[in-house]
Amino acid sequence: MSRSARAAVSALLFSTALVFSSPAVQAESFGLGRLATPEEIAAWDIDVRPDGQGLPEGRGGVMTGEEIYQERCASCHGEFGEGSGRWPVLAGGEDTLDTEDPVKTIGSYWPYLSTVFDYVNRAMPFGDAQSLTPDETYAVVAYILYLNDIVEDEEFELSKENFTTVRLPNEVNFIEDARPDTAKVEQAEPCMSDCKAEVEITARARIIDVTPDEDAAD
Amino acid sequence: MSETGSSKGRTTRRGFLTGAAAVGGSLAATGLVRPAMAESDPENQPPNVADWSKYLGEGVDARPYGTPSEYESHVVRRNVAWLTASPESSVNFTPLHELDGIITPNGLCFERHHSGIAEVVPSDFRLMINGLVDKPLIFTMEDIKRFPRTNKVYFLECAANSGMEWRGAQLNGCQFTHGMIHCVMYTGVPLKHILEEAGLKTNAKWIMPEGGDASGMNRSIPLEKALDDCMLAFAMNGEALRPEQGYPLRLVVPGWEGNMWVKWLRRIEVGDEPWHAREETSKYTDLMEDGRARRFTWAMDCKSVVTNPSPQAPLLHKGRNVLSGLAWSGRGTVDRVDITLDGGKNWRHARIDGPSFDKSVHRFYYEFDWNGEPLLVQSRAIDSTGYLQPTKNELRAVRGTNSIYHNNGIQTWHVRENGEVENVEIS
Repeated sequence: MSRSARAAVSALLFSTALVFSSPAVQAESFGLGRLATPEEIAAWDIDVRPDGQGLPEGRGGVMTGEEIYQERCASCHGEFGEGSGRWPVLAGGEDTLDTEDPVKTIGSYWPYLSTVFDYVNRAMPFGDAQSLTPDETYAVVAYILYLNDIVEDEEFELSKENFTTVRLPNEVNFIEDARPDTAKVEQAEPCMSDCKAEVEITARARIIDVTPDEDAAD
Repeated sequence: MSETGSSKGRTTRRGFLTGAAAVGGSLAATGLVRPAMAESDPENQPPNVADWSKYLGEGVDARPYGTPSEYESHVVRRNVAWLTASPESSVNFTPLHELDGIITPNGLCFERHHSGIAEVVPSDFRLMINGLVDKPLIFTMEDIKRFPRTNKVYFLECAANSGMEWRGAQLNGCQFTHGMIHCVMYTGVPLKHILEEAGLKTNAKWIMPEGGDASGMNRSIPLEKALDDCMLAFAMNGEALRPEQGYPLRLVVPGWEGNMWVKWLRRIEVGDEPWHAREETSKYTDLMEDGRARRFTWAMDCKSVVTNPSPQAPLLHKGRNVLSGLAWSGRGTVDRVDITLDGGKNWRHARIDGPSFDKSVHRFYYEFDWNGEPLLVQSRAIDSTGYLQPTKNELRAVRGTNSIYHNNGIQTWHVRENGEVENVEIS
């Protein structure tokens, strides 16, 4: 057997072995990167899921949360979560989602409480991210629940242990993507000529005229 | 060349604008059009010989990193200040009406930040892969660049592009109505290589990329997509990513909404369920008329827009004109673009010119003669899946007007007798 033929056979054997030995996705290793240590993972792995995976040990109550909220959050989100300027509204908005002016808050819109913990913990306060301790984060989340009347007891304390017992009211109203939800070409071949008799302008942007001035944008 | 709008019998932008102002209010004063070109000087024109043809120009060291001509200084990204609470959590827009071809120059790619631009020191950059993997790993940028590379042209469109137009025509300019898109060539590593290096557990179904900026941007992406065509990109258009586009490393999620293309990547967790992060629950979910909301609406549907003429780029000449625009689909390539000049009574095929890459923008042209009559200009695109770009009213009939995201409806521009263009809706 020639050298190249031997190489081909051994390559074939090798690849067959790979196919038989690989469970799900097992591919060639490039030998790059290094193992992450448990300490490194613990420090960076901050995400929290609806089932509670990722929640840190800790607890915090409504009253403590109110103090932290008024100091760290209220300047943007308002004393009662009503929002200041264009900063997000955190509370209220019940029964508005099917109206002309939907108000999407944690109480009216968000499906999962874990999202509040995850987001506050990773991104808030705006410009000073990851500065709250786990206890402080639990407390702020508890206060936001209180602002939304999802908990009514001022003595309520949120903790890793009771976290997943709290459900947000709008969870059931999220549905899967239904697109494509308009006609495809095979259903409606587009018209090319004499498609309509009359055309009228029904709306003009210049009437609203909210286009930024180029000089102002500079 | 046909002549219009100038007492000198020669069409200049200034002449046109003067005419436009006389007819229907000053476009220049409302800031809708490009600044006038530099004053034209007969001394530079035949039969005279211009200074630049006589005297030495700057040497090679004058511009170590080249920038556009001073006469193009108006070609910049612009924001709409009233849209957002602060510039650190905001967006600006690509000047589509000033660009051609399919590639967006790096400095003009629209920006969307949630906590400002992270200034990552590349030597301190680390990417962690953890979760449902055999070996949790940490990579440096040098490690990433030792994996096999690939080059791909993809568009990136914000899911909220055209989102201000759900309730009706609002912004005068395709930069503002359609400018949350850019298209560049990425160089990077297939995400598959990185995930396989860590070894995926058999129950792995989702990944969660996380940004290293102060918003820690995180999204859930199905593993199938991650292994299919996602990339970790370190270069755009041949050079390192710009800081505002995620330097030194960003995720590329071809055809899917821009928010998922996490910038300044610091970690990818592998899991068995989605995370339901803030940006896939509170935001980037599509509120329907009945109060329910669609979630995980990832793909960007087929869409097109005429970039010239448009409100910032009026028609300057009677006679011969080039209509130009962009079409794209997050589900494949664009097969066909049709153009109407009469508000949809009659349509013609536009000419797609240049490369037709998967999940990339396509450039189209339609050459026509303009006799000065008002026009109602639209484009409609059909992609390789047979999807037909819908009208805005067809979208509203299905989704209402509260959904903010995924407005890919047909855009109408009204060209007036004086060449001025406005954003309108028609019957």
